[in-house]
Amino acid sequence: MIYKVIAKPEFEKFIDTLVSGETLSYGPRHVDTDKQGEPIYQFREVNTVSDIAFDYTATYSSAKHFLLPFRENLSRFTFTDDDWEQDIGYEVKPIILIGLRPYDISAINILDSVLLNGHFPSPYYLARRKNTFIIGMDHLPLPDCFSKSLNHHTVSHGFNLFCSDIGDKYYLSINSSKAYNYLKEFRVEDPSYDDDCKLIERRKLIKQSFKTDVEVTGLPSFLDIEFDSPIWTKWGDKCLNCGTCAMVCPTCYCYNIEDRPDTDLQGSSRQKQLYSCNLVDFAEVAGGHNFRPKNGDRLKYRYYHHYLGFAENANQPICVGCNRCGRACLANINPKDVINDLRMEKESCMICVSQSPDKT
Amino acid sequence: MRFTIPGQDINRERFVREIPDFHHKSEVMLTDKGYKCRITNIVSLTEQEKLFQLRILDPDERNIFRFRPGQFLMLQVPGYGEVPISISSSTSNNEQIELCIRKAGHVTNALFYAREGAHVAVRGPFGSSFPMEEMMDRNVILVAGGLGIAPLRAPLFWINDHRDRYRQVHMLYGTKEPSQMLFTYQFEEWRKINHIDLHTIVEHAPKEWKGKTGMITELFSEIAIDHDNTYAIVCGPPVMFKFVCNHLDKQGIPMNRMFVSLERRMNCGMGKCCRCMVGSTFTCVDGPVFDYWSVMNLKEAI
Repeated sequence: MIYKVIAKPEFEKFIDTLVSGETLSYGPRHVDTDKQGEPIYQFREVNTVSDIAFDYTATYSSAKHFLLPFRENLSRFTFTDDDWEQDIGYEVKPIILIGLRPYDISAINILDSVLLNGHFPSPYYLARRKNTFIIGMDHLPLPDCFSKSLNHHTVSHGFNLFCSDIGDKYYLSINSSKAYNYLKEFRVEDPSYDDDCKLIERRKLIKQSFKTDVEVTGLPSFLDIEFDSPIWTKWGDKCLNCGTCAMVCPTCYCYNIEDRPDTDLQGSSRQKQLYSCNLVDFAEVAGGHNFRPKNGDRLKYRYYHHYLGFAENANQPICVGCNRCGRACLANINPKDVINDLRMEKESCMICVSQSPDKT
Repeated sequence: MRFTIPGQDINRERFVREIPDFHHKSEVMLTDKGYKCRITNIVSLTEQEKLFQLRILDPDERNIFRFRPGQFLMLQVPGYGEVPISISSSTSNNEQIELCIRKAGHVTNALFYAREGAHVAVRGPFGSSFPMEEMMDRNVILVAGGLGIAPLRAPLFWINDHRDRYRQVHMLYGTKEPSQMLFTYQFEEWRKINHIDLHTIVEHAPKEWKGKTGMITELFSEIAIDHDNTYAIVCGPPVMFKFVCNHLDKQGIPMNRMFVSLERRMNCGMGKCCRCMVGSTFTCVDGPVFDYWSVMNLKEAI
């Protein structure tokens, strides 16, 4: 990694040059205002630097949709009289993503570990990933964000360029030759001692700004033991099975595949569609048997996959702590409350443990 | 000053691969390309089930497609969709793939309208398999309930191909009604030629039924189990697993010598779509064949 600093006006010039070019660029934009009067941000196409809201709080949807679109064509079938041909293509247009927060970049790293590993790396994802230029930016978290608890408040890889705000300059972490080459045309300097100090202060500030903490130590074991806990029914009763949490989640990648025949019946597209494990038919098999028939079962499965199942397979929980699901949930279910609820149940038993004969 | 990112600079990755390869890990492959097959024969088994015989058209692809007993494939019916189907044929039959399919959903319904000569495609094979080598020189009990006989045909054919390497082989087969019994035409062959000790039972029977009536566990009274030297393979509806495996457990067969094949909804077969996940386990990659100990540890598995 190479470190440089750039003055803010020069940085804006750099971004402007980048986004006004031919390559499609996406960045956080102020798109609407919610009923409390708070701005709503989303990653949208940007053409000049003034389109980008660098100081955005959090976007409703995550940046995963540039790599995992809601709908994606996997293959095309063209029908002839008594035969068909399958056609598969992976070509995608390069894109630039600007202003991703550390947890969004971490989320992409997690998706990489799922979709590019194993016996069957996804060529669709790989094509998109290799053609995405990512510029990350640090930020002060929203009060309900708990990415620090999961160590995703900083990120060390997965981006091409990362910018930390140190007052009148940005401290740049350059992680690809491509980013380095682009920056050659602009006035960048080596960081001075002062800049380094400011970066450390900035990082401290960010670290201390987290208001929400979720204790995830030993969570896989808790979840495994508490499989039959009544809290799953309690939270399951609230859940509306709408699947919103999975749609806004930066790491949820489950999907459904269906064939969509053309209206003229001359062809058909096999499409992948992002899905949610909270939807009723997620685990239903042919013949109608549903392996997770109750709301609580499905909600539990989601938590198990995020904090236990994935942790067993990839050594880290899949959750990055952005709390998008908590903000978007129509039934006010958020990971912090569910996990704390689960933990409290156990912690109340500390009395019994301390009174057990072995303790004395 | 303006500059653009040249398209081909970022877009260096273009993925082209001639022959689809499911057997070797490679960085990129045509994961969604199926082997085109011709339906060579359709056998109507019952009102609900048909046996489809498929031949992969391309000779190279036909050579690549080798599977182990217990594995499954993804059957593509273009325009309708894709379904996971267990392979029901002998591993030594390199010419044809046999699939026993029940009319249960959108894709299988469409398939029931297909005529001989129609083209479909298969992807795979996927998943784990029964450890047939480990079972050699031991007794084997195969327990099938209903359509569960379809995935058990592959290990049964394997045993028939290597009959001298296995000791006593029992097969217990139960269905709801006599009319739902599959592959009845092979029973004589299995009994007389392959020396399989085959027992059948039905839950509800019309008056003219001469066989046994009752639950499948009742068949255990007819066979003697040498629990130190016996392996069991169980496949059927989820409710059957519990009863059969509990019974075998009581008989003293160790949990790691009982194998079950789980059914789940699979969309990709490659451990990506998560539809078949049980806890942290992908049924498509780590399964569908599990030993009973693993199943006991997988919550919600059966």
